[in-house]
Amino acid sequence: MKYILMMNGSKTDFERYSRWSKEDLQANVSFMRAFSQELKDSGVFVASEGLGWPDDARLVRAGRKGEPITDGVFPESKEFLAGYWIIDVEDSEQAFAIAARLSQGPGVGAKAGAMPVEVRRVLSGHSDLGL
Amino acid sequence: MSGPTPEIPIEHRLRELAPQVLGVITRRFRDFALAEDAVQEAMLAAFRQWPQEGIPESPRAWLIRVANRRMTDMIRSEMARRQRETDITSEQEPTIGPTEEIEADMDPEDTLFLLFMCCHPALSTSSAIALTLRAVGGLSTAEIANAFMVPEATMAQRISRAKQSIKTSGVPFGLPTPQDRRERQPAVLHVLYLIFSEGYSSSVGAQLQRLDLAQEAIRLTRSTRGLLPEDAEVAGLLALMLLTDARQTARTGPNGELVPLDKQDRSLWNRAEIAEGTTLLTLALSKGSVGLYQLQAAIAAVHDEAAIAEDTDWPQILALYELLQRVAPGPMVILNQAIALAMVQGPARGLERLKPLDSDERLRGHYRLDAVRGHLFEMLGDSERAVQHYRTAASKTTSLPEQHFLMMQAARLEEA
Repeated sequence: MKYILMMNGSKTDFERYSRWSKEDLQANVSFMRAFSQELKDSGVFVASEGLGWPDDARLVRAGRKGEPITDGVFPESKEFLAGYWIIDVEDSEQAFAIAARLSQGPGVGAKAGAMPVEVRRVLSGHSDLGL
Repeated sequence: MSGPTPEIPIEHRLRELAPQVLGVITRRFRDFALAEDAVQEAMLAAFRQWPQEGIPESPRAWLIRVANRRMTDMIRSEMARRQRETDITSEQEPTIGPTEEIEADMDPEDTLFLLFMCCHPALSTSSAIALTLRAVGGLSTAEIANAFMVPEATMAQRISRAKQSIKTSGVPFGLPTPQDRRERQPAVLHVLYLIFSEGYSSSVGAQLQRLDLAQEAIRLTRSTRGLLPEDAEVAGLLALMLLTDARQTARTGPNGELVPLDKQDRSLWNRAEIAEGTTLLTLALSKGSVGLYQLQAAIAAVHDEAAIAEDTDWPQILALYELLQRVAPGPMVILNQAIALAMVQGPARGLERLKPLDSDERLRGHYRLDAVRGHLFEMLGDSERAVQHYRTAASKTTSLPEQHFLMMQAARLEEA
């Protein structure tokens, strides 16, 4: 079963992150790299991407002739996706364990961040075998 | 476009031969991981040489000879490495017999041994599946990765970890004894069944370039049947796969949408598979002990023999589900039984049968209970409740086509 693990943050979270100390950032980056490697080594890794800063995030709607109309004004409370991992595991329990591991990533002052990770099921095809 | 290339038949022959060769080498050297590498190299050598030099008289003996030589080289260099590291002189040489001897022992047991090892209970199901496809099915890691839509490196890692677990868990390299066979046959059949069901559920229209796992499962089960011709459940499983796969093209609409059994265009059903499945099943049922795969195949056969949905022999299906509930009891069987009961004695009886499932832990959060309730309330004419259950089911399913289907059911009822 495939699951997606998502890390979200508000604009304020992103701004705070950009002011972390060099040591904290380094610890965080190497943790993330090691985490991805761990997923690869254990044969559950499917995909992972980090996303750009929300500063250049835009909401796009189609205009009357289908032309793009962009808007970059977001409410303060809006959460932005920072990055995600897709994993292929046996069950939700295993997915949660991996998400918890990710949430342990070091935050400011190298304290385990307790960063929340959103876990969602990736939908698959259908089977009518029934049993 | 180029003309017919010799690679195609060679590839197929290699795929058939790979598990036999691997079985021989693994049993001989008692090191599965190393044997796998050696056999892979022998396969590559064949792939390079055979198109130029022609297929050898005995391809199997050729492969065994090359793999055997490679294995010996690897063991020698491994021993040399260890000696360098520990500086201890060991007189022990790997036991390598004359290769001529191996050629004689062409034995289906080698493949059977391999199958039982790959489906060993020490492995997680996903590892067992990957390893079976690779070692017994002769598929490449890239093909397996592609079928499961994961990167090749991930699948390679999964396979190598599976091999490692076989090593550490001390899975014996002997042939399965008759007792082993009895005890572990269900696990082996379950792995084959899961491969089929993975293929069956993911083979949605647009993914034509993906390897057809359902066909691979049928091929593997067919060869397992060749190894265990007297086993009625192996025959039952093969029949179930054929009778289910027969409906493959009819179960999905042009845009990948789910088409339920009663709405399928039955002229699209594969008659040849139905005929083969039915013959196999009849033969298996005549052997006496009736197991869960034979019963499920029998249910599939009853559906398949109805020319139109209205002709379906529901009383017989109901009787078969009751038997299945005795042989392999479980909440999913009750769910299906409830549908059959509704078709025979009316939806109220079906809904009644579902009641005890509310407290069944195994179904907690599962969409199918709601999906079936939606269907039965619709039959009863209670649209409001039907819509409710369809929507709940849609929110719980893990399949995208199912989610669309259930939402459409709800929307259709609400607009009516």
